[in-house]
Amino acid sequence: MPLTQLHSIDRPERATPRTMTSQILEAHGITDLRPAAYGLATCDLVLLNEVSGAMALRSFEKMGATKVFDPDRVALVIDHFVPAKDVRSAELASALRSFAKRMGITNLWEIGVTPDAGIEHTLLPELGLVAPGDLIPGGDSHTCTYGAFGALGLGMGSTDIAAAMATGDVWLRVPEAIGIRFDGAPAPWTTGKDLILRYLAEVGTSGAVYAALEFSGEVVSDLGVDGRMALCNMAVEAGAKTAIVAADSTTLDWLADKPTRKAPRLLAPESGAVYETETVIDVTGMTPLVARPHSPGDVVPVGDLAPGTKVDQVYVGNCANGTISDLRQLASVLEGRRTAPGTRLIVVPATQAIMRQATAEGIVDTVLAAGGLMSPPTCGACFGGHMGILAAGETAVATTNRNYKGRMGSSGSSVYLANAYVAGAAAVAGEIVAPDSVLGG
Amino acid sequence: MSLVEGRVVRIGDDVNTDLILPGQYLNLTTPEDLGQHLLEGYDPEVGQAIEAGDILVAGRDFGSGSSREQAPVALLARGVQAVVAASFARIFLRNALNLGLLVFESAEVAADCATGDHLRIDAAAGRIARLEGGEFAIAPQPLFIRDLVGRGGLVPWVRHRLEDGT
Repeated sequence: MPLTQLHSIDRPERATPRTMTSQILEAHGITDLRPAAYGLATCDLVLLNEVSGAMALRSFEKMGATKVFDPDRVALVIDHFVPAKDVRSAELASALRSFAKRMGITNLWEIGVTPDAGIEHTLLPELGLVAPGDLIPGGDSHTCTYGAFGALGLGMGSTDIAAAMATGDVWLRVPEAIGIRFDGAPAPWTTGKDLILRYLAEVGTSGAVYAALEFSGEVVSDLGVDGRMALCNMAVEAGAKTAIVAADSTTLDWLADKPTRKAPRLLAPESGAVYETETVIDVTGMTPLVARPHSPGDVVPVGDLAPGTKVDQVYVGNCANGTISDLRQLASVLEGRRTAPGTRLIVVPATQAIMRQATAEGIVDTVLAAGGLMSPPTCGACFGGHMGILAAGETAVATTNRNYKGRMGSSGSSVYLANAYVAGAAAVAGEIVAPDSVLGG
Repeated sequence: MSLVEGRVVRIGDDVNTDLILPGQYLNLTTPEDLGQHLLEGYDPEVGQAIEAGDILVAGRDFGSGSSREQAPVALLARGVQAVVAASFARIFLRNALNLGLLVFESAEVAADCATGDHLRIDAAAGRIARLEGGEFAIAPQPLFIRDLVGRGGLVPWVRHRLEDGT
């Protein structure tokens, strides 16, 4: 669809100008669009993984449901404890596989089984299953990542997902919309990660509870899809219900060669759309940021940290920042360098396709030559599951989205969240440093 | 459901779902197993001391972070009757309402109550009384939520819809 056709979703009579969120909600059956109103919204796709899924299957059964509303619109991704870390995890995965078989669901992905597999929020867009204008509830809080594609991703719990599978709709409270425009040109070595960390620095971890964040501005338009995913992914860290970036030519180009082609419903905020608040954040000259332990809202420029923070582990991966862009950023720091003595580097491409691409580009060789390890795609240590758990007293730099106390292991460990340049620099220096101290200004 | 009385266990601000039920236990599936690890990430001693019938009183943004329904399931498994918090994170609030765990927002209760106090919550009257003295108003729930909770949560609510074919 050419961009000249960029338009709002049609509706019969003209009323209050609508935000992107309102337009999508209205197109999915919500009639009262006032914030805090309640309604039932229809779903384009329903996502579950083995952790939310195993529990959802029990609720589904208790609801007396015998079939899903549409087997083609349910997506099952086994990604949290893969490869199965123990008997219990194996059984969670097994429950999902047999449910898929019983329900006739073919949208089932698991590393080692299907060529396309990996972390749900990176995988589904890669498969073309997330289209602009979609409304997608998922049994995972980072479902808000789909905002990068102009879709509404709604993170929910297991029973909500069971209900969505049974009925094809979800109950929801209409969110307040918050407009956030990023202005200005940030300094080198900054990414989409730094934009959302900057927003978190402004509002804290409960600054946007229940709201829908609508991101705009030239910096956002200039971001690739990967950077937009990082931006939207951590909206939930501010308490938001979801986040969205208007789909544009970047989005459509990215989606063009994906296996499933869904008709995009392109939309932009209507002129005069009313936001609860509108914020302009000037990122001129902004240097890379880090979130300090133990809150994603405790954000400072990397250069403001006291020098000499030793790093035991660097973790590059997860649904926020395990994309090919992140791996390229990491490789640009590692190229021709070694990891610091005693510092572990764990690299987790978010999907198998990213792994293949990283192999083709020589990134895998660069990581291995530097002394790092390549992990298969998995949610892994990001949520403290497995594949890189921290001991008491250890410090990690991670490109993940949460650094709560104990999140990646011992409650005595510490995690700094940062972009992949900062992570790479930490791996090489063995302590948290600004990327230009490794790469040169 | 409208009258609940119990002992207060007071916890702090920003108690996220990782602190309520750490990620390493997400491979557990039975409520009993999950209940064993309640609040282990926050403070294992506080978690272990919770008794059936207790009312958890929390500060700001209770239940933020992961969507894991295992967190409210663990609270229910240990017999926690209700959670009163200065504020709730969105997904946790949904999960609690869906599961029939009683949740009430009150910054005053959070500010004034301490572990060992006793509360009587009269949801129908919109009142929380502290037996040691003091009374607090709670805002009425929106109609939709009252209906959802009144039916016992999302499982019976959906079962009813499926039976009715609506």
